[in-house]
Amino acid sequence: MSASLETTLDEGGADTSGPRRALAHLALVTLGPILAALVLSGLVLLALGVDPFAYYGYVAQRGLFSWLGLQQTLTRMAPLLCLAAALIVAFRAGIWNLGIDGQFLLGAVTSAALAPFLITVLPAGAVLLVAAAGAALVGALWSLLPALLRAYQQVNEIITTLMMTFLGVSFANLLVKLVFLDPGTTVPQTRTLPVADRLPTLFGTTISGGLVLGLVAVVVVHLVMTRTAFGLKLRTVGENPLAARHAGLDVPLLTVAVFAISAGFAGLAGGIEILGVHGNLQAGWNPAYGLAVIPLVFLARFNGFAAIVFVFFYSALMIGGESAARRIGVPHYFTLVLVANLLILLALAEYLDHRRRRAG
Amino acid sequence: MVELLGVTKRFPGVLAVDRVDLALLPGEVHALLGENGAGKSTLVAMLSGLVEPDAGRIRVAGEERRIASPRAALQQGISTVFQHVMLVPTLTVLENLVLGMSWWRRPDRAELEQRLAGIRSAFGIALDLDQTTGELSLGEQQQIEIVRALLRRSRVLILDEATSMLTPQGADELGALMRRLVKSGLAVVFITHKLDEACRFGDRITVLRLGRKVGELAPEGLAAMDQAAAVEEVVGLMFGDRSIAEARPSRLRKAEGPPVLSVRGLTVTGATRLARADDVSFELRPGEILGIAGIDGNGQKQLAEALAGQRTAAAGSIVLDGRDITRAGVAERRRLGLRYLTDDRIGEGAVGGFPVATNAVLKEIGAPPFWSGGPFLLGGIERPGRIAAHARELIDRYDVRTPDEATPIGRLSGGNIQKVLLARELSGDARVVVFNKPTHGLDVQNIMASRNRIAAIADAGLAVLLISTDLEELLDVADRIAVMAAGRLTGIVANDEGARARIGALMIGRAA
Repeated sequence: MSASLETTLDEGGADTSGPRRALAHLALVTLGPILAALVLSGLVLLALGVDPFAYYGYVAQRGLFSWLGLQQTLTRMAPLLCLAAALIVAFRAGIWNLGIDGQFLLGAVTSAALAPFLITVLPAGAVLLVAAAGAALVGALWSLLPALLRAYQQVNEIITTLMMTFLGVSFANLLVKLVFLDPGTTVPQTRTLPVADRLPTLFGTTISGGLVLGLVAVVVVHLVMTRTAFGLKLRTVGENPLAARHAGLDVPLLTVAVFAISAGFAGLAGGIEILGVHGNLQAGWNPAYGLAVIPLVFLARFNGFAAIVFVFFYSALMIGGESAARRIGVPHYFTLVLVANLLILLALAEYLDHRRRRAG
Repeated sequence: MVELLGVTKRFPGVLAVDRVDLALLPGEVHALLGENGAGKSTLVAMLSGLVEPDAGRIRVAGEERRIASPRAALQQGISTVFQHVMLVPTLTVLENLVLGMSWWRRPDRAELEQRLAGIRSAFGIALDLDQTTGELSLGEQQQIEIVRALLRRSRVLILDEATSMLTPQGADELGALMRRLVKSGLAVVFITHKLDEACRFGDRITVLRLGRKVGELAPEGLAAMDQAAAVEEVVGLMFGDRSIAEARPSRLRKAEGPPVLSVRGLTVTGATRLARADDVSFELRPGEILGIAGIDGNGQKQLAEALAGQRTAAAGSIVLDGRDITRAGVAERRRLGLRYLTDDRIGEGAVGGFPVATNAVLKEIGAPPFWSGGPFLLGGIERPGRIAAHARELIDRYDVRTPDEATPIGRLSGGNIQKVLLARELSGDARVVVFNKPTHGLDVQNIMASRNRIAAIADAGLAVLLISTDLEELLDVADRIAVMAAGRLTGIVANDEGARARIGALMIGRAA
C-alpha cells in the first residue's frame, strides 16, 4: 500500500492536492472492491431467490445497529483478534502457520478441562489465569512438531500445520468424549464453568472481557513486530533466512519461537472463547474461525490496526449472518462466500492498479 | 544475419536501451562491451525473446520479425548461453542435450552421437554423454550449452558474460572455440565487461554506455591496430577521458608486529569433494592484505564462512588477538572485530525489501544506540531517528547513490549495495576484514573504487583477507598471495616480481 501511496504522491508532484489524491486512491482500491463484492454476492442471493437488500439490511441491523447484536459482535471479536495476532506474528516472520484451528480447539479443550476442576480449589481470578495460560501452552505444544521439522529439516510448514489441524480437531473430540466428559449430562461435553466465574464482562454489558485481551494482543503484536529488535529479527528471518544467518541470528531457534508464540495466541483464543462465552466444550464443536481470519489478515496486509477494523466488520457479518440464517434461511456460511468474493475482487483491484501504474 | 534497428526499451525509471542499431554478421565474433547497466543484458533479453522492444525493428535474414518468446528466438536460430548455467544439474549430459526437443519420441542416441562426432571434429568439443551434469566444471557445463545450440542448428550464438565463471585458461579456450564457430559461418555475440577479452576475442566491438551505442570498431579498423591501441580506443569510448589504467600509489606497507589472526589446521566439511576447507593454516598481521587465489568453488566460500562463524569447524583453531574464537558465534566474532563481506550481496548480504537504513544495522539488531531498553524490552525498542542518521552518515561517507536511506536496498545497483555492505562491516571496531570476491559483477569504475578502498583499509592498520578469483586483482592489491585448490592452501608467495609465474605454477599444481 505504501508503494502505491508513494507513486500517487510522485504523480501529484508539487501539487498540494497530492496527499488528498493519494487518500482518494487508497479509498478507491480498498472500498471499490468491497462495494463490488457486496454487489456480486447480492447477485448470488438473487439467484437463490433472496432479496439482497433485505438480507444486507437484516445483517447490518442484527450485527451492528441493534444494541444486543453489537454486544454479540464485540464479544465474537475476542477470539478472532487473538487468532489475528497469532497469524500476524507468523506471517510477518515468513511462517505460514495454517494450523491455528487445531491449536485453537486444543487450547479450548485445555481451558474447559482445567477451569471447572480448578474452581473447586482456587479463587476465580487464579483459575482464569491458569486456564488461559494452559490453553496458550497446549496450543504452543501442538505446533512443536511442525516447528522442529521446519527449523531443522526445512519441511514445509503449510502442509504439516494443516495436517496437525486434522489431528488436533479429532484429538480434541476424543479428549472431550473419553477423558473430560461431564458425567452429569447426556450430551457429550465437558463440565461447565459457572457463569459467575467466567471472564468478567465489560461495564455491565454482555460484552466479554476477552475483547480487551484480544485488542491488547493484536496491538502488542503489531508494535513488537514493527518497533522492537526482536520483531526485526523475526522479520529478517522471514524475508531472507540466509541474510539472517549471515547477520548471526539463530534461525532455527527463532523459527521455533515464532511457532510457539503464534500457536500460543491461537490456543489462548480457544481459551478465551471457553472462559468468556461457552463455559464448557461440546464434542464436535469446531467453529473454524481460522478459515475466515486468514484472509482477513491478508487483507490487512499483516497490519494489526487494519486487522482490528476488518475483524470488527467480519464479526458483525458473522453475527448478523447467523441471525439471518435462522430468519431468512440463507445458510450462515454465506458470510464465507462474501469474504471469498471480497478477496478475489481485492486481488483483482490490486492487479489492475499495479498494471495501470506500470503502464503510466 | 540478424539486425537490430533503433531498438528502445524502457523500464520503470530507466531507459535501458536507447535507439541502438546492431548488425550480427556470419563469420564474426561481435563483442558487446559496457559497464553494468549499460544495456547489454537488455539487448540480450530482446534477442533471446525474454523482453520485446518498445520501439525499433528486428530483422532476421533480411525479413522483419518479432521475437516474442524464447521459443520464437530458438526457431529463428538464435541461441543464448546465459551467464549462469541453465542446465539441470541432476540429469546426465545426454538428458540435458535432448531437453526441449520433441518430447513425443525417444531420443535417438546413435544419431545424436553421430552429430556429436561431427561437432567434435569441427570444433574440438568432446562430451561424455553419461556423466551427471552437476559433477562437471562450469567450463564443461558451458560447452554443453554451446553444443546444445549447435545441435539446434543455430545461426546466431549469444554468449552472455561467458568468461565470468572461467579460469584464464578456460577463457582462452573459449576464445579459440568462438574462432572455430565463426569459421563455420555462425554469428557469435560475445558479451563482456572485460576490455582485454573484448579486444582479444572480438572481430567487431560495439561499446554501450547508459543504454546508448557510443561506438563501434569494425574488423578493418581493429585489424590495423595492436591490442594495446585497441584497448586505448575502447577505453576512450567507454569512459570519455577517464582512464582506468591509473597507477595505484604504492601502499605504505607496515605489516608488522604480532599476527592479529592465526588460523591453524582449519578443516570444514562441505557437500562435495572440492567445496570444503582442508587443513588451512595462515597468519595475518595488521596492515596486511593476504590474497587467496584459486578457481571458484575450491573451498573459498567454506573458508570464509568458517572464519565468520557461519560454519562450524570440524578441526583446527582460529585465534583473534590471542583469543581462541574457534567456538564463538557470528555476533561475538563481529564484536571482537572480525568482519566478513559476503560475495552474495543480494542473496545473503542484504534483505532486499528492507530500507538501506535497516540493512546498515542488520548485524547489530538490538545494540545501542540504535535500540534502547536492551534485553528487558524484547531486545530493545527501535530508535528510527538514530538508525536513519547513522545510515545518512554512511551514505555520505561511502558515496552510496540512493534516493534516500528509506529506499529498499534491493532497488540499488550492485555497486551501491556493495558500498552499503562494506560500510556495515567497517563500522565500529573492525580488526580483520574477510572479503569474498568483493568486485565480482561490478563495473570497472566500482571495481577500481573497491580496490582502492581495500588498500585504504589495510593502510589504516586493519588486516585483510581478500578472496578473489581475479588474479589481476590480487596482484594489484595483495601483499602475499595464497593459492587454494580442492580446499587446501597449496602455497603462499609474496607479491613481488615473478609472483604471477609462481602463482600460475601453484594453480596448475606444481610447487612454487
